[in-house]
Amino acid sequence: MKPKSIAIVGAAETTKLGVVPEMSELMLHADAALNAMADAGLGPSDIDGVATAGPWPTDVAHYLGITPSWVDGTMVGGCSFMLHVRHAAAAINEGLCNTVLVTHGESGRSRVGARGFGGGGATSLVGQFEQPYGIMGPTTMFTIPALRYCKEYDVGIEKLANVAVVQREWAHQNPRASLQDLTSLDEVMNARMIAWPFTKPMCCLVTDGGGALILTRADRARDFPQKPTYILGTGESVETPLVSQMEDFTTSRAFRVSGQKAFAESGVSHADVDHLMIYDAFAHLPIYGLEDLGFCERGEGADFIWERNTAPGGKLPVNTNGGGLSYMHSGMYGMYALQEGVRQIRGVAPAQISDVKISVVHGVGGMFGASGTIILGNEAP
Amino acid sequence: MAKGKKFSPVPTPETQHYWDGAKRGELLIQQCDDCSTHYFPPRPFCPNCGSRNVKVKKASGKATLYSYVISHMLRPGQEDPFAIAVVELEEGPRMMTNIVDCPQTPEALLLDMPLEVTFEEWDETITLPKFKPAGGATS
Ligand SMILES: [Zn+2]
Repeated sequence: MKPKSIAIVGAAETTKLGVVPEMSELMLHADAALNAMADAGLGPSDIDGVATAGPWPTDVAHYLGITPSWVDGTMVGGCSFMLHVRHAAAAINEGLCNTVLVTHGESGRSRVGARGFGGGGATSLVGQFEQPYGIMGPTTMFTIPALRYCKEYDVGIEKLANVAVVQREWAHQNPRASLQDLTSLDEVMNARMIAWPFTKPMCCLVTDGGGALILTRADRARDFPQKPTYILGTGESVETPLVSQMEDFTTSRAFRVSGQKAFAESGVSHADVDHLMIYDAFAHLPIYGLEDLGFCERGEGADFIWERNTAPGGKLPVNTNGGGLSYMHSGMYGMYALQEGVRQIRGVAPAQISDVKISVVHGVGGMFGASGTIILGNEAP
Repeated sequence: MAKGKKFSPVPTPETQHYWDGAKRGELLIQQCDDCSTHYFPPRPFCPNCGSRNVKVKKASGKATLYSYVISHMLRPGQEDPFAIAVVELEEGPRMMTNIVDCPQTPEALLLDMPLEVTFEEWDETITLPKFKPAGGATS
């Protein structure tokens, strides 16, 4: 085993996902954390590191009765949990703590004990230079670059819509998915318009739920009840809080930087990857992710999905839980992408791919504003 | 019509000149004296090289349509779907805006179409730069 290897030894989501009005946001964190601790055979006194986004680590540690010697409250949107995994690995290796709990919980739909959505108010750059033009949250911000992509690469809108169709095929195999019924290109194209060219099924769900992970040194990982999931490589970056100021509307700099770091650290080649999760807040994101992570050439991501390479039976299964479009999306979906990566490595996913050795989990935060990439493996590096 | 309070931006010391300019009917951008980069949004240093030797200058007001969505999510004062666009200024920087004097349809809003700046009084303190098709409204 390589020195300084880290493993995920506990992983779980909240007992219920979707509509959970009986739990506050903080309790969703705790419910997922308790499930992850049970998964790892640990109690609160065994945890000495806490990382979370949304509430402060203080809130989560106190609520769960944990006395941490290390905390991380990095908050860069939905991929914050990928960054927590990366930071936790570094902290454990530095001897700052031994066993880290990463939690997520969000009452995105029911809004019970929910914190407000971010944004710096009327004096922030978004408040001054984007908000006055009528943006209404991610559906009217994250979507803006897509049309430029379509023109640059001569991609039809039906190929954006197709992403939602393919991901529903995965959700169809997942009893915990919010939307499980198969859909068609016609249905997606003719659904209620949200922000042309995006119809409702091309935009993420808004649901309640949570998830938690427990990480420790890989040389301890065999002592836990579950098959370890090893961290092979990690990456992170940020670009801009303003979607209008993204360097290039056809590619994400944060995706590229984060992905390259993770692949370089892991030594994994793209051909070795058995399973891929790309945070899909909107239908164009898997296309950008496939290209910016290097699985496809620029401009070829939409056709790669159209040709069913990422669909059930395809050579590179992507978003096998159904994704943010069909499985669940609480607001900060990154945790659920990580959970599906762990399930696929453990071999226990509802739509299990046979013999997954390497899974790449890629997250986005803000509107192409941040990114985190985690490469998972079933064997110690 | 959607209900609620109209949102109004609040300038900071670094952006006050921009909003003052808009009120006078001028679109102000900035340029670095060291590396010549034009940039937006306003800040008192160059995002390309970090130099504080920067100046404010009036943009030509010419732009092209870079990308957009047509929002069906309406804010107070809006009754019909409308485009939220990003335009590329002749000098290079891009900015978010709305396209006015033009049907808010995919057929009328063509990427890379030429645009020119126009100004809309938003409230007592804020005037918003917007853009319209160059050379007058399209039918
Ligand atoms: Zn400069």
